[in-house]
Amino acid sequence: MLKTFPKGGIHPTENKITATKAINRLPVPKVVYVPIAQHIGIPSEIIVDRKDSVEIGQVIAKSGGYVSSNIHSPVAGTVTKLDMMVDSSGYKTQCIVIRTDQKNEANFQEPEFPLKREITMGQKEILQHITDSGIVGLGGATFPSHVKLDLKNDNKVDCLIINGVECEPYLTADHRLMLERADEIVVGIQILMHALHIHEAVIGIENNKKDAIKVLKKAAAIDKRIKVAALRVKYPQGSEKQLIKSILKREVPKGGLPMDVGVIVHNVGTVFAIYQAVQHDRPLIERVVTVTGKRLEKPSNFWVKIGTPIKDLVEAVGGIPEGTRKVVNGGPMMGKALKSTDVPVTKGTSGILVISEEEASRQESKPCIRCSNCVFVCPMGLEPQLLMNLSEKGFYEKARAEDILTCIECGSCSYVCPSHRPLLDYIRFGKSIVKKLETAKN
Amino acid sequence: MILSIVDSTLLLGSIGTVAAGVLFLVSKRFYVYEDPMIAEVEEVLPAANCGGCGFPGCKAFAESLVKSDDISDLFCPVGGNDVMKEVSVLLGKEVAEKDPTVAVVLCQGACEVRPKTSLFQGPQSCAISALVFGGETDCQYGCLGFGDCVDVCDFDAMHMDEETGLPVIDSDKCTSCGACVKACPREIIELRPKNKRDLKVFVGCLNQDKAGIAKKACSVACIGCAKCEDICPKDAVIMKDNLAYIDPLVCTLCRKCVEVCPTHSIIETNFPPKKVRVKKQENPPQAQA
Amino acid sequence: MADGRIIISASPHVHSDRTSKRVMYDVLIALVPAFVISLYVFGLPALVLTSVAVISCIVFEAAIQKYLLKTEVTVSDGSALITGVLLAFNLPSSLPIWMIIVGSFVAIGIAKLSFGGLGNNIFNPALVGRVFLLVSFPAQMTYWPTPFENNMNMVDAVAGETTLGIIKEGLLYGETMTTLASQIPSVTDLLFGFTSGSAGEMSALALMLGGVYMLARKVITWHIPITILVTMGVMTGIFWLADPEQYANPMIHLLSGGAVLGAFYMATDLVTSPMTKKGMVIFAIGIAVITVVIRLFGAYPEGISFAILIMNAFVPLINSYFKPRRFGSKIKAKIV
Repeated sequence: MLKTFPKGGIHPTENKITATKAINRLPVPKVVYVPIAQHIGIPSEIIVDRKDSVEIGQVIAKSGGYVSSNIHSPVAGTVTKLDMMVDSSGYKTQCIVIRTDQKNEANFQEPEFPLKREITMGQKEILQHITDSGIVGLGGATFPSHVKLDLKNDNKVDCLIINGVECEPYLTADHRLMLERADEIVVGIQILMHALHIHEAVIGIENNKKDAIKVLKKAAAIDKRIKVAALRVKYPQGSEKQLIKSILKREVPKGGLPMDVGVIVHNVGTVFAIYQAVQHDRPLIERVVTVTGKRLEKPSNFWVKIGTPIKDLVEAVGGIPEGTRKVVNGGPMMGKALKSTDVPVTKGTSGILVISEEEASRQESKPCIRCSNCVFVCPMGLEPQLLMNLSEKGFYEKARAEDILTCIECGSCSYVCPSHRPLLDYIRFGKSIVKKLETAKN
Repeated sequence: MILSIVDSTLLLGSIGTVAAGVLFLVSKRFYVYEDPMIAEVEEVLPAANCGGCGFPGCKAFAESLVKSDDISDLFCPVGGNDVMKEVSVLLGKEVAEKDPTVAVVLCQGACEVRPKTSLFQGPQSCAISALVFGGETDCQYGCLGFGDCVDVCDFDAMHMDEETGLPVIDSDKCTSCGACVKACPREIIELRPKNKRDLKVFVGCLNQDKAGIAKKACSVACIGCAKCEDICPKDAVIMKDNLAYIDPLVCTLCRKCVEVCPTHSIIETNFPPKKVRVKKQENPPQAQA
Repeated sequence: MADGRIIISASPHVHSDRTSKRVMYDVLIALVPAFVISLYVFGLPALVLTSVAVISCIVFEAAIQKYLLKTEVTVSDGSALITGVLLAFNLPSSLPIWMIIVGSFVAIGIAKLSFGGLGNNIFNPALVGRVFLLVSFPAQMTYWPTPFENNMNMVDAVAGETTLGIIKEGLLYGETMTTLASQIPSVTDLLFGFTSGSAGEMSALALMLGGVYMLARKVITWHIPITILVTMGVMTGIFWLADPEQYANPMIHLLSGGAVLGAFYMATDLVTSPMTKKGMVIFAIGIAVITVVIRLFGAYPEGISFAILIMNAFVPLINSYFKPRRFGSKIKAKIV
């Protein structure tokens, strides 16, 4: 029996149509739009001005605080303007618009990074490199990585978990990366273990990616400390807390962090970015993005520069098919619906999902028949229908007492509800109010 | 037969007596003293229980009025100065005097002038849709149109205009309790002073985008051209973030700004139709919806 | 709103293909085997009973929603249909038609719609209908047609008796299980349903077949039906072991009366059962205990309808006491 987390979870149709498509490099866009709020925490501060010319990898916005991150120019070119642009949150944020210099060869050279296994840097140096390179969690949460790695004295971390689960349907970015860059990922893990003095690392991969498990097992054979764990396919296993429970049977306490149970979790994409930052001094300026959808002509995986308009990606796979009603930034379970394809790719964009009319439309919400399916599938042991009612009726204190804040917004409840009730919509709303009330109290 | 009547009477009677005794004792034992003034003050209050004063209902407000020494920062927006005066007489404490206000909607983005570019699916509530995106139109500052404000109005003073998709406030019914102001996630409802004839001049827009972007999203958006600021004889117009704001305390309702506004984003209400001259000012009013 | 505007909605953007309607139709499919047995055993009256109950339930729901409540008519969700079938399954097939209609009215009008319609009722509507009829018309409601005697009207019908009825009465008049043995149908008859009883409750085998289908389709979980049957078996078993002359063996208790129908179809009603697995087990134990107590010591030979209704009333309480275990609870959080 393969490992998995015990409580809740669902099995949405996988639809991993791009699993066999190798990652191609998307042509460098003419203009890139780099938002300054690409990570959780304080937005970065812009340090360039209009008409400045910038080099590839030059810092254009520096970290605005502890929980923040540097942002680097993905191309060589000229800053044309600093403007407000709608990003994937649906709201306008400050963006740095850079026109690519068509004559600068650096823009068009395929970056060559030969595998470098030897780790020469010391612990401090590695952490400094990670901080400077603007690395954030590439699984989608975009939490600045250096904060996770900055261990306080009272945190004893004994295990590093690498998240290669990719439990979201459709998405294959991590899957492809594991297949194509297994050796680099293993070196990245070694770097992290070296920097944090950890002697155990487990790569968690769901069993629907048998090829990736094989490739990584082979690559990890060079280091006995690194293990690969095949996990039973179940959504939302890619969630940190569920993954730790699956692999180590440890349970992150309510309101706590993985560190509290001696674990640090990083996504495979993040580990690869750390490898590049430490071994090749390359900041985070591109990432793998899956562009997918049932109706697309040739759904693919791409290496994409941060700041590329999503329009360019969709065009590269044959354009928006007729009857498209929804474009999602991310996977179908947790992604955000976009208002337009002018929105740029950010550090957290793991996929672009194009959905047609039939799939996009929500069905009318019917009365709750109290079938308890939402309670059964909730991986956090919550009662979604109760939380929805409490949020809807405005009993926020009661909702807080029922642990509304521990909801990880995986969407399993809304997914299974036979009455199509907007459970997560209301829970998310309730959470926002409860959080507001809590900050008001403090 | 007789005996059973007597029996049952006695039995029931004694049960009743015992129960009465218990009730009496309990009410004595658990008696909570309440200042009789609280009830008296509550009598004066409008009993709307709207929460506009910041307390959960009139009773709580009355309690606070009686208990606190300084009540000059407490105010009942529904009752207004009249009620506060009565409270002052009752309690012998100084009360604040406030000019009456009325809620106004600072958005004119009707369906016609502000085209919808996307469709929201989910609970039809402004607050919930605001968590996901900036709204169905391209303006992320204006009315979302799901009517959260109408739902919270206790006084039946608001309704959604089906044609424009915007909320409409009935100034006569509005008590300026402020419930709608709190309910609106875009903060497009403002409480502005209410004069005798309910004459108002205000900028009906909150769009902070640059002129081109604002105009593209909504044809009646304030584009921040500052023409109103230039023409205002009293410096009542404050320009900030590509947006004009008319300070109601400074404005003399001359309506010069209304005329010069190129996008008609400044609204005047309840002014008599043309020809009639408004006191002090000589400019003919220009009718505008 | 069918213009081509791009749709914005919060995640998730996909949905499982399960709908309330499908859940309801799965329940209906699960009831087919029992219905077929019922037709085979009781013939035309069973068909009349079921169709009258179904039609009147649907008509009452539609009429009350349209004319009295002036709300949207929701008969298409299939819930009234199920209430009708389940009500019919709980009534003797010889029941006069007007009584069936009264029962349907009580089930739909009082037990369901007056509480706010689908999802808001506290008590199982079909059972409320049945219990209402049972206490209002005890004679007709305990007048069981004999199997394979297809008589439409009550006067000509040969009155049979249910297994539990025979036992209850027999024991009351000083007989023992040994002397009653000849009157009690064999276990095979009970399994296949060749016995007296309510229209749909006789064949334990057919009902279990449907129950397995519902379990396979994940309409219900095992917690309620299995717990009820096991607890009933254990309780009656203890009494039987203590005095086999005064108490029937657990096999008879499990296979006769409404035990299987109640356990698989009535107690598992989604709306009126608890939301958590822990709660379901408590709920089921409560039903089993009350049922056995009524069967062995009460005035009625069968008590599962009462037991379910009584436990229905406890569901809100069970829901608020038996919460699912929250992830990460019972471990003290170290705030970093």
